[in-house]
Amino acid sequence: MAENTFERVKKIIVEHLDVDPAEVTLEASVKDDLGADSLDVVDLIMQFEDEFGLEISDEEAEKISTVGDIVSYIEQKQQ
Amino acid sequence: MSKLMDGKKVLIMGVANKRSIAWAAAKALHREGAELAFTYQGERLAKNIKQLVEEEMPGSLYFECDVTSDEQITRAFKQIEEKWGSLDGLVHSIAFAKAEDLEGDFVETSRDGYALAQDISSYSLIAVARAAKDLMKNGGSIVTLTYMGAERVIPNYNVMGVAKAALEANVKYLAYDLGPSNIRVNAISAGPIRTLAARGVKDFNSMLHVVAERSPLRRTVEVEEVADTALFLQSHLSRGITGEVVHVDGGYNIMGM
Repeated sequence: MAENTFERVKKIIVEHLDVDPAEVTLEASVKDDLGADSLDVVDLIMQFEDEFGLEISDEEAEKISTVGDIVSYIEQKQQ
Repeated sequence: MSKLMDGKKVLIMGVANKRSIAWAAAKALHREGAELAFTYQGERLAKNIKQLVEEEMPGSLYFECDVTSDEQITRAFKQIEEKWGSLDGLVHSIAFAKAEDLEGDFVETSRDGYALAQDISSYSLIAVARAAKDLMKNGGSIVTLTYMGAERVIPNYNVMGVAKAALEANVKYLAYDLGPSNIRVNAISAGPIRTLAARGVKDFNSMLHVVAERSPLRRTVEVEEVADTALFLQSHLSRGITGEVVHVDGGYNIMGM
């Protein structure tokens, strides 16, 4: 299950940010390591909402820093 | 059977991605036979437009136009003139404000943040209407996108509400100016729709919930519903309408509470 969420998140990030899949690790910072700017982050948040059928509030979105943060947030919401 | 927009050439300004209202309008116009051109701002959006156009509307034109630059506006319309010779319609779906001006206290709006929001979101309509009018030799239709935050207070919409208020006033003055050339100018005041730009407004999701609960139709509006109204305003069906702000919001704007 964990891997599944990670793979889905990774696929969205790779496609949107045009990055090497190997760079998208759980520890990678979306902004600092993967080069996302604020508009990319908003776009990604919306894509995660669509992909996983959930709503991510602004406060929650602000706390997200790494790919791992996204994965654990989504898994927690889905429980 | 003939379609509503057969033989019409329409320029779409403001597609950011597939969720954009401008893109939905493009699809509706395309379905009814319009020839389309797109302008985009910057490298990032260039990639999105190229992909969308090549996948869904091959043959459509696209080129860069940053509306804060008179030079780029001139260049974009020159390209339209070279490729098409004339223009029948324009969809303006462009707005911008700094993130810090879309949350918190409106009273804290900075001078440059205010000017920037006005320049991109409101003045740009005047600038592109001026460039378009010379190409609209057989009359034309200009449609822009606004929001109820122009008329009433929507918390966090702030500086953009004031920019949209100016935009709606622009629509009226432009309609008067361009009427003798049979160019109509109208705005669509769309209910909240989950686009990239809208999501930049703090607590946007809560706006959706309020509309779904309280609007007469008891739901939010779909982007296709706004697009069909843009199609109507671009087509001859709306030939007697100009200077108008049409609400496509499930009726939410009539409510007192």
